[in-house]
Amino acid sequence: MTLFHTLTRRARRVATIGAVALAAGILPPAPAHAGATLDAITARGVIKVGVGSQPGFFAPDSNGRWQGFFVDFGRALAIAVFNDPDKVEFTASSPQQRLSALQAGEFDILLSGVTETITRAFKLGFHFGPVVFYDGQGLLVPKALGVTKGSQLNGATVCVQTGTTGELNIADFFRQQKHTFKPVVIEDTAEFLKAFAAGRCDALTQDSSDLAIKRTQLPKPDDYVVLPERLSKEPLAPAIRSGDDRWLEIVNWTVYATIQAEEFGITKANIDSFLTSTDPNIRRFLGVDPGLGEATQLDPKFVYTIIKTLGNYGEIFERNVGKTTKVGFERGYNQIWTKGGLLYSPPFR
Amino acid sequence: MSEFSAALRAVPPPFFVRLAALWRQWRAELFGTRLNAALTLGSLAFLAWAVPPVFRWAVLDATWTGTAETCAASDGACWAFIGEKLRFMAFGPYPAELRWQPALATTLLLALVVASCVPRLWGRALPPAWIAAIAAAVLLMAGGITAPSVPTGQWGGMPLTVLLCVAGLAGAFPLAVLLAIGRRSNMLVARVLATGFIEVVRGVPLIAVLYVATLMVPLMLPAGMMMDKLLRTQIAIILFAAAYMAEIIRAGLQSVPAGQYEAARALGLPFWPLMRLVVLPQALRTVIPSFVTLGIGILQDTTLVVVIGVFDFLNAARTAATDPDWLGFYDEAFIFAASVYFLLCFAASRYSLWLERRLQPGG
Repeated sequence: MTLFHTLTRRARRVATIGAVALAAGILPPAPAHAGATLDAITARGVIKVGVGSQPGFFAPDSNGRWQGFFVDFGRALAIAVFNDPDKVEFTASSPQQRLSALQAGEFDILLSGVTETITRAFKLGFHFGPVVFYDGQGLLVPKALGVTKGSQLNGATVCVQTGTTGELNIADFFRQQKHTFKPVVIEDTAEFLKAFAAGRCDALTQDSSDLAIKRTQLPKPDDYVVLPERLSKEPLAPAIRSGDDRWLEIVNWTVYATIQAEEFGITKANIDSFLTSTDPNIRRFLGVDPGLGEATQLDPKFVYTIIKTLGNYGEIFERNVGKTTKVGFERGYNQIWTKGGLLYSPPFR
Repeated sequence: MSEFSAALRAVPPPFFVRLAALWRQWRAELFGTRLNAALTLGSLAFLAWAVPPVFRWAVLDATWTGTAETCAASDGACWAFIGEKLRFMAFGPYPAELRWQPALATTLLLALVVASCVPRLWGRALPPAWIAAIAAAVLLMAGGITAPSVPTGQWGGMPLTVLLCVAGLAGAFPLAVLLAIGRRSNMLVARVLATGFIEVVRGVPLIAVLYVATLMVPLMLPAGMMMDKLLRTQIAIILFAAAYMAEIIRAGLQSVPAGQYEAARALGLPFWPLMRLVVLPQALRTVIPSFVTLGIGILQDTTLVVVIGVFDFLNAARTAATDPDWLGFYDEAFIFAASVYFLLCFAASRYSLWLERRLQPGG
């Protein structure tokens, strides 16, 4: 290295400064935490929502505008906080990365179909809002396999998606019955179905809601069947970082508002006729009589605006994933309690 | 005699004679030996097996216009899906009425890249032009002049892919020059830092670098300090590209004969002018084809941003097939995206070949 022997004094100085700057850049500054979630939201003027990628639940339309079941709850939150359904920014996030991204503060809330579990609550330090969609893991098999229940699948090859609770549930399911199985673990949603259609596995396991969509996308949907049993409970709920109680309450009562509206029979179309109702519960609920505004420190008519803009829970469900859509779900458990479902809102008083 | 034969050569042989010559040559190449004959027949059989179904799917049975229902009625490809979703694939979730902004930004960046490919334009004006064009492109994407500004979470599609790639390479270049010089320096600190950086970054996959940028960096930042996710992604790509580029530049530096350094020093040039005026112009010139190869690699690597939820072109194409109205046309989406990437990369690789021939000594 004779070439660099005669570095001038100036060059040495420049290089040293550069080296020091580089070193300073590599050393991490002291770890710290941002302020409470809601303060950050208010300062920013927009709610950051992490979503997934599943037809009917979250997908951008041809104009690039996000649509879907969970997306509507994101917009409802924007109404509750800012009185404007568009003050919300959706970011797609993959199942493997979404929980760490929430921890890292990339979103204020994860509305991406996360299953509420005890370890996620305790170990990861997340709070979950009310369950917005009751799901359960199912098995999709070709009819040609001649299988009618999961216990007949001993030794089968099962396609399962990474980073989901499904991966753990399927292992438990086979272990309970002292059966063996070969997992084929696949990351990408599109590739997942391809692998199954190509016969790489005997069965495909995922939340049954998702299986119903997947089945319609197979080349010959009628050759496949979703087995009736549910391997697990998958209550899909909004997830937030712990440490901001007020933000959690806003999430809770925004979801409850859509459920309570359905229970009252209030819809997007008929809501204005309820403004003259004499029922004190309804008058308080819609902000005709004061009370909720003072208690919540939100806009007194936030419930009214949410229902007027997006509709009640049933309308949100039917519009995005209901029988008339290609996704085509039955309400099932996702029906209000008075009609035999699990949706139950505490009183708005 | 010689005049006569020259005249004879000047007359082109009749068409069938040339055809016969061509056939003889082909026969020798395709069926010259038993192995070649077997390979030829095997390939023909494969093509006869593979091409007709693909052709039937992609062309004969394909649906070119209409709705998802029209498509579902036929067995072929649904190119109507591409027509419907073209704008979404091109621009991602960018607000529809403002799509002219990223379109203009992309045009600007591509014009810059094409201009930089013309050797006649290589000169002093280029670095400021790059800085100006990238700044203009970012400002255009962010908007906010005539309409509300667009947060980076909504940037997407081809403009984002082009921006990540072009700004990634442009940002990496100055860093790479410093790293390459640092690695060849005889100052211990500079050498260790440069070598350490290059080896660490080259030793981890881009996905890991992206995860660190999106998930760990926010936790390390001082309290109250937020850094845009796209900016973090862009910096990750710049650092990643810089490590690879530094090694290319180092190869270029090594190719400059020692006599050049010594002559420049004999003229009394201090270190940086020596580098800028004598060494780097010669070093960089020899490695431009390698830069193009790196550029192709980085363009393809930008598709990895899908893992951190950034809507680059490939991710936008994939997401287009999750719209409930147009459910599941993944084949069409991926084929379309692959064709676009192929065209870009193929053009770049042809350019690189052309440049290599042109830059050959005495060429």
